[in-house]
Amino acid sequence: MSSIEERVKKIVVEQLGVKEDEVTQNASFVDDLGADSLDTVELVMALEEEFECEIPDEEAEKITTVQQAVDYIKAHVKA
Amino acid sequence: MSGNLQGEIALVTGASRGIGAAIARRLAEAGATVVGTATSEAGAAAIGRTLAPLGGHGRVLDVTDAAAVEALVEAVAKEFGAVSILVNNAGITRDQLLMRMKDEDWQAILDTNLSSVFRTSKAVLRGMMKARKGRIISIASVIGLTGNPGQANYAAAKAGIIAFSKSLAREIGSRGITVNVVAPGFIETDMTAALPQEQKDAMLGQIALGRLGQPDDIAQAVAFLASPAAAWITGETLHVNGGMYMP
Repeated sequence: MSSIEERVKKIVVEQLGVKEDEVTQNASFVDDLGADSLDTVELVMALEEEFECEIPDEEAEKITTVQQAVDYIKAHVKA
Repeated sequence: MSGNLQGEIALVTGASRGIGAAIARRLAEAGATVVGTATSEAGAAAIGRTLAPLGGHGRVLDVTDAAAVEALVEAVAKEFGAVSILVNNAGITRDQLLMRMKDEDWQAILDTNLSSVFRTSKAVLRGMMKARKGRIISIASVIGLTGNPGQANYAAAKAGIIAFSKSLAREIGSRGITVNVVAPGFIETDMTAALPQEQKDAMLGQIALGRLGQPDDIAQAVAFLASPAAAWITGETLHVNGGMYMP
């Protein structure tokens, strides 16, 4: 079983079509990884599916970096 | 069965009669797995019987019920595959001069004819975004462009569909999903049969092609927009009205 960090990273790479080494902990989806607003919505959808959870819209808006995504999953999803 | 819609899953609302029934049949004939909806059990069963030879199905759906819309889209995805073609056809009329129009006449039309398009489109988007393809086709009306006395509610809802579709087309075009509208003119259906004869005659006089439209005239246009041939058409309104109105 890969770690939450690895799984989040893999999703970001797939969804945004970026290279793995670009996906650093503090990389911002929009500013660093070139995501547009629709990409970020899709990214949250993909995270919901991977971790079988539902991320409310007001929470989803706060997830703007790789680390924030990891933190959210750790706090809200049973591993 | 051969056709250019092989492998597609089509959801057609309001498919028990008229234009919706013709659309469901056309898409099924083109090879899509069609799920047609009706508000009543009897209507859904009738759709099922009609479409069965073409591999299609009937389901009950009240398009004003958001939870029911979501549940149906989910059930269809489980049973047949994610919806790849959505046809928003369900619609009603509550004609009344504005001075006599009740609040509920206004609300019912907006809810069934316009808000339903928002609900169904939103429900199918997740699957289409993932698939990176999809077709959303909504049935508006020439009345949404010309206006018509006694139909302020209907005209507003139908015009709303057109603007909604243009916005959504811009939102999701990058994901290979097209969003278009077919605006029928005067089609021979139960809905138009209810109109007074003099109004029918007056409308007929304005139709360049000199005849009323048949439900299949609309279904053919929808089948085209659903097909690979229409891949680069989005945000468009196709006017299928025999030359009654030319924007």
